[in-house]
Amino acid sequence: MSDFDLIVIGAGPGGYVAAIRASQLGLKTAIVERENLGGICLNWGCIPTKALLKSGEVYEQLGHLDAYGLSVTGRSFDFAKVVERSRGVAKQLTAGVAFLMKKHKIEVIEGAAKLEKGQGAPKVVVALKAGGSRTVTAKSVILATGARARTIPAIGAVPDGKAIWAYREALTPKACPKSLVVIGSGAIGIEFASFYRALGAEVTVVEAVDRIMPVEDEEISKAAQKAFEKRGIKFRVGAKVSKVEKTKGGVSVAVEAGGKAETLEAEVCIVAVGIAANTEDLGLEALGLKLDRGHVVADKHGATNVAGLYAIGDVAGAPWLAHKAMHDGVHCVEHIAGVKTPTVTAPVPGCTYANPQVASVGLTEAAAKAAGHEVKVGRFPFKVNGKAIAASETEGFAKTVFDAKTGALLGAHMIGHEVTEMIQGYTIAMTMEGTEEDLFATVFPHPTMSEAMHEAALDAFGKPLHI
Amino acid sequence: MSIEILMPALSPTMEEGSLAKWHVKVGDTVKAGDVIAEIETDKATMEVEAVDEGTVEALLVDAGTEGVKVNAPIARLSGDDAAPAPKAEAPKAEDKPEPKADKPPPPAAPSQAAGETGATSKAPPAPVSASGDRVMASPLARRLAQAAGLDLAAIKGSGPHGRVVKADVDAARGKAPAAPASAGEAAPATAAPRQTQTLAQMGIPDGSYDLVPLDGMRKTIARRMTDSFRDIPHFPLTIDLEIDGLLAARAKINAMLEKDGGKVSVNDLVLKAVAVALKRVPEANASYSPEGIAMHHHADIAMAVAIDGGLITPIIRKADTKGLAQIAAEAKDLAGRARDRKLKPEEFQGGTFSVSNLGMMGIKSFASIINEPQGCIMSVGAGEQRPVVKNGELAIATVMTVTLTCDHRVVDGAIGSKFLQVFKSLIEDPLTMIV
Repeated sequence: MSDFDLIVIGAGPGGYVAAIRASQLGLKTAIVERENLGGICLNWGCIPTKALLKSGEVYEQLGHLDAYGLSVTGRSFDFAKVVERSRGVAKQLTAGVAFLMKKHKIEVIEGAAKLEKGQGAPKVVVALKAGGSRTVTAKSVILATGARARTIPAIGAVPDGKAIWAYREALTPKACPKSLVVIGSGAIGIEFASFYRALGAEVTVVEAVDRIMPVEDEEISKAAQKAFEKRGIKFRVGAKVSKVEKTKGGVSVAVEAGGKAETLEAEVCIVAVGIAANTEDLGLEALGLKLDRGHVVADKHGATNVAGLYAIGDVAGAPWLAHKAMHDGVHCVEHIAGVKTPTVTAPVPGCTYANPQVASVGLTEAAAKAAGHEVKVGRFPFKVNGKAIAASETEGFAKTVFDAKTGALLGAHMIGHEVTEMIQGYTIAMTMEGTEEDLFATVFPHPTMSEAMHEAALDAFGKPLHI
Repeated sequence: MSIEILMPALSPTMEEGSLAKWHVKVGDTVKAGDVIAEIETDKATMEVEAVDEGTVEALLVDAGTEGVKVNAPIARLSGDDAAPAPKAEAPKAEDKPEPKADKPPPPAAPSQAAGETGATSKAPPAPVSASGDRVMASPLARRLAQAAGLDLAAIKGSGPHGRVVKADVDAARGKAPAAPASAGEAAPATAAPRQTQTLAQMGIPDGSYDLVPLDGMRKTIARRMTDSFRDIPHFPLTIDLEIDGLLAARAKINAMLEKDGGKVSVNDLVLKAVAVALKRVPEANASYSPEGIAMHHHADIAMAVAIDGGLITPIIRKADTKGLAQIAAEAKDLAGRARDRKLKPEEFQGGTFSVSNLGMMGIKSFASIINEPQGCIMSVGAGEQRPVVKNGELAIATVMTVTLTCDHRVVDGAIGSKFLQVFKSLIEDPLTMIV
């Protein structure tokens, strides 16, 4: 007899949510965590960065109060307090997860798990934090071990905690660096660039692809670069980093772009060149678990090639987003519990909390065309949106991509103030398989910035009202 | 055990039909092969025969009901293993209103065609299931089903609360038999919505006219002709034929056939000449398809026959292999049964070339609309005495003008002209038809 119905390995957003859902469905559940409940997201990712970014945003806004007819003297910040607040937020939420585990009677096993061949699902051997080891068995095991920052040792892009940082170091620095090179312009790189720039650092972002935020729509990339440059962030796109070296004053980053070599000197370099799945030291090789480019191969229910073993979230591949891991986790557990779930095509939105924010869901215009869709594209700028003007937040726009034949909303892309809070509107429309008619017919409240979303849909069909 | 009798599909493309008449009533005993009902499709009235033995338990659709969907139950038989329903109860069954399909779902509005009108057209109305419930479907699924000509009510929904979602429509579409390319019927999905103003908006007041409802045939003519005229790049080629020789030959032939009671019309000779000409110019016996040009093996010649309430084009199959007498006999038989609306679907669906003759109505020349997917249609005018110039002198000849409308995607001007030249030589020297 197994000790549990389900053991979840990893208590990040994917793992702990899966455990809660399993408990709700009556499964006797345990969760193994080697570090902190809440995983990277709560402790070293999504949440603490949002705390820092808010501090940065407020500080930056204090410098532009004249737009509102206000003024302030003696604008300053206490960097240690800014970081402390961020840590406090993480701590509060981690405690929240502990409470949720307790509430749902989920046994939390603190330690590092290793899988061994068992009868049915693999056995889980935990090297306990408190010392000793404990072997537990379950009918099903979910691997939710997540991922970590990718490093590139060949060029010296390995965090040392002093001059070369990854996200962890970037979240808990002792002081705000005066100058900074960020390698990688994905969400993580851009958010740190935005935060440190807000506090006055000289920031240069190096991106290998020919545009920043390469997963976003090209028009968004372009608008984002322009907006960030306006704030004083510098960019090197289509630029290859050939060497990261520590220097006396900090770090030097050798960059090649368009055949030209350049060395960027800075106090600190942040490496944000993607992530690597946490698949090591778990005994996966011995189980014969199938991996693809470092990620566990799992089907749409999370099932792997090993009986009784499932994988969800970052360890199972892109997109590496907490909300995708949570969604996967719930779906996987419902599948394990035999709950019949309806067919839903749920596109996964992506958000970047820089200033300005970027949010998107579904296909970019180029991806839609590449997939063979004949498209209709609409755009609406916030600079003619009443609420945006009233709030002096007129930067950015909303863009929609529709299938010209079926009217299906294929994708939506936004840049601007708090667009991350708005993207779910388009996401609901896509999840419910809405068409342009549904967006036309939806009454958007006035005055809100979300009216631009309505207009962007109307514009795709040549009938915007306010432009 | 009850057996449900379903609305039959009388042709591969039939989606709905009218139940014109019942030949049985509740309580009647039927055996396999008995005619139980008459179904009117777009183009013909067909008799429905019983497949099973049994007693008619209930007629689920009233006679005269239009738009009965294919495979909808129309009647119920008690199986042969059951005792026939007691007579006393039978009338009761008739009185009791059965769940009738006499309010069928509104025929799907013509769906959007590709192109820019596509996504801007109004969302289709929510379809209704046979039981009258609204079919739960995502907006996209609804639109895709309509475009594919699928009945949402027949698709099992796998989405939230059994909602039909895109994946279900895709799956249903994958399973649905593809419409045969050769069938003359265009899928309704290809009919594009046309935003027409109402008559009142165009200045014709309500009450100043009587409205004749559109029957199946009228709808089909409207749809197919609109599609063809709009979508096919067509052009006419006109040529004059001197038919004095043909008329003389016809008189001789008919004198010979008289004792057998046979007779050959000018139109029969035209059909024969077309058949021979198509054999000699096979490029004119072709159909366009996105995959390539279909070069037909035989000349299946469709002839337009005017009937009450419209027209129909029965087909003389493999006319290129048939003699004049056989063509004449078949043409006569087909035309007669067409007027009685007794043609079988396979007798009017398909065809590789059409001939329309309005000569008997005194029409000098006209250009017909292409009968999809055929490459050409020939319009035959009246033979009449006209002044002609021969060897620099004015003379009198019996002249007939024919116009060939060509689908330019298949039949270019040169091909059409070549066909007409051969046709002209055959008509003007009918003996050459025999060779």
